[in-house]
Amino acid sequence: MPLDWTGTPGALLNPLLAASVGLWLTLLALRLVAALVAVWRATPVAPGLRRASLWAGRALGLVTCAYVLAGMILPAGTTGIVGGVIARFAPAILTVATVIGLSVGLRRRLGVFGLPFHSTVGTIGAALVLFWVVTALLYGGFGLIATHDPLRPISSLRNALPGSPVPEAGLYPHYLLGGDSLARDVFSRMVAGSVIVLTIAPLATLTAVLVGLSLGLPAGYLGGWTDRVLSFAANLILAFPVILLFYLLVTPEVASSALPPVMAAVLFGAPLAFVAVLVHSRLRTQPGRNALTLAAVLVPLAWLWAAVVSQAGTPVTFLPARLDPLDPDRGLLVVFVAVVFVNAPIVFRIVRGLTLDIRTRDYVAAARTRGETPAYIMLWEVLPNARGPLIVDTCLRIGYTTILLGTLGFFGLGLPPESPDWGSTINEGRKLLLVYVHPALPPAAALLSLVLGLNLLADGLREQSMADR
Amino acid sequence: MTLLTHAFRGLATLVLTALCLTYVVFWLTHLAPNLEKLARTQGSARMADDAVVTWLANRGYDQPLPVLYGQWLGVLLGSVVTGTDGEVRARCADGAAPATDTPPRCGILQGDWGTSTVLRDDVGQIIATRLALTGKLMGWVLVLMVPGALVMGILAGMREGGRLDRGLSTVSILTTATPEYVSGVVLIAVFATGSFGITWFKGTATAAMDDATFANFTLPVVTIALFGMGYIARMTRASMAEVMTAPYIRTARLKGVRFRDIVLRHALRNALIAPFTVIMLQIPWLLNGVVVVETLFNYKGFGWTLVQAAANNDIDLLLGVSVVSVTVVLATQFLSDVGYALLNPRIRTGAA
Repeated sequence: MPLDWTGTPGALLNPLLAASVGLWLTLLALRLVAALVAVWRATPVAPGLRRASLWAGRALGLVTCAYVLAGMILPAGTTGIVGGVIARFAPAILTVATVIGLSVGLRRRLGVFGLPFHSTVGTIGAALVLFWVVTALLYGGFGLIATHDPLRPISSLRNALPGSPVPEAGLYPHYLLGGDSLARDVFSRMVAGSVIVLTIAPLATLTAVLVGLSLGLPAGYLGGWTDRVLSFAANLILAFPVILLFYLLVTPEVASSALPPVMAAVLFGAPLAFVAVLVHSRLRTQPGRNALTLAAVLVPLAWLWAAVVSQAGTPVTFLPARLDPLDPDRGLLVVFVAVVFVNAPIVFRIVRGLTLDIRTRDYVAAARTRGETPAYIMLWEVLPNARGPLIVDTCLRIGYTTILLGTLGFFGLGLPPESPDWGSTINEGRKLLLVYVHPALPPAAALLSLVLGLNLLADGLREQSMADR
Repeated sequence: MTLLTHAFRGLATLVLTALCLTYVVFWLTHLAPNLEKLARTQGSARMADDAVVTWLANRGYDQPLPVLYGQWLGVLLGSVVTGTDGEVRARCADGAAPATDTPPRCGILQGDWGTSTVLRDDVGQIIATRLALTGKLMGWVLVLMVPGALVMGILAGMREGGRLDRGLSTVSILTTATPEYVSGVVLIAVFATGSFGITWFKGTATAAMDDATFANFTLPVVTIALFGMGYIARMTRASMAEVMTAPYIRTARLKGVRFRDIVLRHALRNALIAPFTVIMLQIPWLLNGVVVVETLFNYKGFGWTLVQAAANNDIDLLLGVSVVSVTVVLATQFLSDVGYALLNPRIRTGAA
C-alpha cells in the first residue's frame, strides 16, 4: 500500500501547520511593510507586531517539532512519507540537536569554535552544515539513513511516485521519495550524494586555499615582478568563463591526455611546498629539530602526493604499483583539478589584498628589523593576522565549490553518469521535469540547504569577527 | 593625462590577456585527441591511424601550433597545402583549390570566423544570431535585477543592523545560495508543471526565441536575476552603510535634515559608485547563469551554442564563442575600471 504524505499524525498536525504558516507569513509581510513605513516616517515600529510575529514563529517551530517527534516515536508506516524520512534521519537529527544544544550552552568556553553560536543566523547555519556532515559520516561509515542501494534499480518502480511500496521482500518497504527514471530510490541517492559532495567540496577548497596562500603571500609581500606576473596569471584565469574552462578541461579527450595529471601534480605540489616552508622558516635556527620535523611532515605528505598524482595506465606513472594504494577515479581527479584551478586565483586575490594591507603594520616592521627572513614574516606574522577574513571566505568558498560541483554534474561533466552526487541527479531529474517532479527536487533541496548553511555560518562568523574589533 | 595613460595601459593588458586566453583555447582544442576526433567525424569514422595523420596533414593541421594560431588570427598567410592525394587545399578558400579572388590571409582580424563543422554554417553568422537572442534575455534580466538589487541594498544599508537590514540580508543570502540549476528546477516544478496546482508559466522558453511572452519568458529571466541579485544587493548595502557613517551625513542629520532627504539627496549618489563596478563585474558571472538557464529552458542562445560547440569539439565555433565571451569579460572589467575612475570624484581629480 502506498504511503500518503503525513499519515496519522497529519490529521491533527496538518491544519495546525497550515494555520501557523499562514499566520506567520502574514505577520512577516505586515512587519516588512511596517518597517518600510517606519523608516520613511522616521518613527519606531509598534512593538506589538514584532511580538505577535515572534509568537507565530514559535508556534510554527512547535508544530514542526511535533512532526519530528511523531516521526521518531510512532511506528514506521503510520506516519506517512514525512514521518518515514524523519525516522530515517533520526540519528543525524539527534546528533545535530545534541551538538548544537551543547555548543550554544558552552559557547563562551569553546573559544573560536563557539563563535558562530553567538548569533541565531550562525547557529542555524552550523546546524544545517552539521546535519549534512553527520549524514555523510553515518551513511559513508555505517550505511545508516539510506533505505536502499543508491545504484540498484527495482524495475517496476521506474519514476514511481513518493511512497510507492517496494515489491521485493526483505528490503525497506517503500521508496520514500519515489524512484528515478532508472528505477533507483531517490531518497537513498540523495543521502549517498552527500558523501561525494562533502568529500570533494571541502578538500578541493582546502587545496585551492593553500595554492592561493602559497602564491598570494609572496605576491602581496614581495610586490614587484613577482606580483605583476602572478596577478596577470590570476586575472587570466579569472577572465575565462568558468563553464568554458570546465568544458575544455573535462571533455573525455582532454581528460585522457597528460594535462590533468600534470595540473594535479602542480596544484597538489603547492600545499607540499607551503608546509615545507612553514616548518623550515620557523625552525631554521634549530637544525636538528628542523630536519626531524621536516622529515616527519614531508615524507607522508610527499608519498600522499605521489600516490594521488601517479596513476597506472596513464601518461603520468612513476610510483611502483606496490607503493600506490590510492588510485582516485580519473573523472574525479579531473573534476577536482578543474574546481581547484577555478577557485585558486580568487583566493590568491583575497590573500594578496590582505597581505598588502598587513605588511604596513608595525609588527611586520619590527620583525624585519629583527632580521627575520621574508618567508618567516609571511607565514608567521602576516598569515596569522589574516586568519579572520580567510576563515570566513573559506566557509563561503566551500559553498561556492559545492555549487561549481553541481554545475559540473548538471552538464554531465567528469563524474560517472550513475554517480549519485546532487548535480548529476538534478541533471537527470530535470530531463523529465515536466512530467515527473519528484526525482529532481530532493537533491535540489539538499544542495540548497547545504550551501545556505555554509553562507549563514560564514555570515555568523563575519558578524562575530567584526564585533571583536 | 594620468587617466589617459591609465586607460592605455589597461587597454594594452587587455589585448595581451585576450591573446593569451584565445591561445590557450586554441591549444586545448588542437590537442592531438581532439584533432583525431575531428578527422574521424569529418572524414570517416573507420579511418586507420595513419589515414588520420595524412587526413590532418592534407588539411594543414600538422603545422606548428603558433603558425596555425597566426593563421586563425589573420596575421600569417593562410596555408596552401598540396596533399598526398594530389589535391591542393587552401585555408582561405574553405579547403578548395585557391582561386584568383582568394584572399592571402583569412582570420578573425579579417572578419573570417571560420565554419562550424556541426551546425554547417558560418561561425560569424551563428554567433550574431545567438548573441542577439541572449541579448534579449540579458536585457530583461538587467531590467529586473539591477533596480531590485539596488532598492534592496539601499533599504538594508541605510540603517545598518536594523530589523529591515537583517530581514533583507537573509533574503539576499538565500538568493546567493541558490544556484540557477536549483532555482530553475524548483521554479519550473512549482509554477509550470501543475504538481502544486499552479501553471502560470511555461517550463521551456523555446517559443520565446521568436515571440517572448510573459508566460514563456518569465521563469528564465527570474532564474538568472535571482542569483545575481543577492550579491549586488549585499555590495550596495555595504557601500550604503559606509556612506551613512560619513561625517557629511552626520552633519546633515545634526542640521535637522529629514531622514528621507538625507538618503535620497545626500547618500544615494555616493553609495551607487561601488555597485556600478560590481554590476559590471557581475555580467561575466551572469554568463555562467545564461549557459545553465539556456540549457535548462532549451533557449537556443549564446550559452546553448557554447555547450553545443564544446560538447562536439566544433573547433571554429568554440574559438568564436571564446573570443566573444573573453571580450565580454575583459570589456566589462575595463569599463568598470574606467567608470569607477570617472564616477569617483576622489580619483577623478587625482587627489587620492
